[in-house]
Amino acid sequence: MHIYLPIAELSIDVLLLFGLGFGVGLLSGVFGVGGGFLLTPLLIFIGVPPPVAVGTAANQMIASSVSGMVAQLRRGNVDIKMGLVLLAGGLVGSWIGVWLFGLLARLGQIDLVIQLSYVVFLGSIGSLMGVEASRAILRKQSGRPAPPRRLHEHTWFHRLPFKARFRRSRLYISALLPLGLGLLVGVIASILGAGGGFFTLPAMIYLLGMPTSVVVGTSLFQITFVAANVTFLQAVTNQSVDVVLALILLVGGVIGAQIGSRWAMRLPGEQLRGLLAALVLGVAIKLAWDLIARPDDLYSIVAVVPQ
Amino acid sequence: MASALLALFALGGRGDAQEPLLADLSNHLIAVTTGFTGAELLLFGAIEQPGDIALVVRGPPTPMTVRRKERFVGVWVNEASVRFKDVPSFYGIAATEGFVERAPPALLRSMQFGVDNLRLIAEDRNTAEAGPFRAALVRRMKQDGLFGAGIEPVTVLADRLFRTSVWFPSNVPTGIYSVEVYFIVDGDIASAQTTPLSVSRLGIGAEVFYLAHRQAIIYGLVAILMAGSAGWLAGFIFRKG
Repeated sequence: MHIYLPIAELSIDVLLLFGLGFGVGLLSGVFGVGGGFLLTPLLIFIGVPPPVAVGTAANQMIASSVSGMVAQLRRGNVDIKMGLVLLAGGLVGSWIGVWLFGLLARLGQIDLVIQLSYVVFLGSIGSLMGVEASRAILRKQSGRPAPPRRLHEHTWFHRLPFKARFRRSRLYISALLPLGLGLLVGVIASILGAGGGFFTLPAMIYLLGMPTSVVVGTSLFQITFVAANVTFLQAVTNQSVDVVLALILLVGGVIGAQIGSRWAMRLPGEQLRGLLAALVLGVAIKLAWDLIARPDDLYSIVAVVPQ
Repeated sequence: MASALLALFALGGRGDAQEPLLADLSNHLIAVTTGFTGAELLLFGAIEQPGDIALVVRGPPTPMTVRRKERFVGVWVNEASVRFKDVPSFYGIAATEGFVERAPPALLRSMQFGVDNLRLIAEDRNTAEAGPFRAALVRRMKQDGLFGAGIEPVTVLADRLFRTSVWFPSNVPTGIYSVEVYFIVDGDIASAQTTPLSVSRLGIGAEVFYLAHRQAIIYGLVAILMAGSAGWLAGFIFRKG
């Protein structure tokens, strides 16, 4: 059964969209990641215009992160103060990102920037995860314990001004650090339609030195509101949020995520991470190939929207 | 449909103050609804004497940019671009068999019959420079199904009744279209008729589209509320279950 998507302005099989949402939801449930970084490229693969794919992925990101955020809030696993500082950066970042998005779209380079950024992000994250997973598998086979790790190192950025105390995270660091990290997340969320959990979680642990117990909750707290802000700004400035598409995706997504999180408890962790790494790298290679290979048609057309 | 044709035939056969050409569409509105997968439009009519029938369907004119990719540090990047003004957002033609071969080229040009005769004007570029871009524009529009790949046949019954159909794909742009029907005798236009055709969004899809474009702030808030409550609800349901 086909459905006509009012903003994407094309007719797509509902089951395909539902399956896509379900599949990405399943993966996000299994691996505990947002899945936006897979959803956006997959939407582009099936023919959704990149701007609509990004705006709509931000919309569906609200749904996939809000229930997690509520659960984490209830358990007290959110550093509200840290979350608010991250969010402040995120709001500024998403404003910059959406403005940049519109500018690049007018210059005709937005598709290129989206694809290139994905190649860089997915390529580096996928390689890191692949290396980490294969090391873990090897370690397990040889029976040696994991090497001890220092919580975090003191470097130049611990000398930055505007120091603030974050009680829940037991930290006394410059507020510029979470502000900057939040800003980066905002820019990425608005240009790539991904929450960036795959790099914020490590950054919060290793860069800021936050305890692991509050990292997931605080990140979800921030991304829920950043996603809402990106959705709003994309809707107002670029009219690129398709609620019909988002609705179908999120229905599939929430069901998939619930099933996935149940599976996650029974599946072997290292092999699973290796699998995710392969998947991420696969998407990166496909996107890179599309950029490097000579296109079938060098010309493309676009209707000029009157300003 | 058959009764309409019959009525038209009866009208044409009455014999008083006869029009050389009578034509009508099966529908004056194409509704782009949530279930829209394309639509076929039927044009039918009657003529008084033997001759050729030609049909040109044009979507609302819109400016279009054609971009060419060039290799830049190993990656294909959009470089040169040409802007065309007033490109028909849809273009379909139909004619009786052999019309194009019989008709004088000047007539085809004045009717803008066939993609080669379409007046596509490049801004700030001369014709030679814009040539490959014009060809690309036509090629891409054909690939998208918005420019007809060829000339659709017009069937004529007993030199009196004719009918033809035009296919509108699911990605058809909305707006007011013009349907021009020409009756050509001995290389001259004996009669012509222009009928407007509306391609409009209808139903929930239309509401969504207009809200998104006219009330973007409300639309953005609705989108946030919808996703937020759906996510929260799902978490609530699955926690109970």
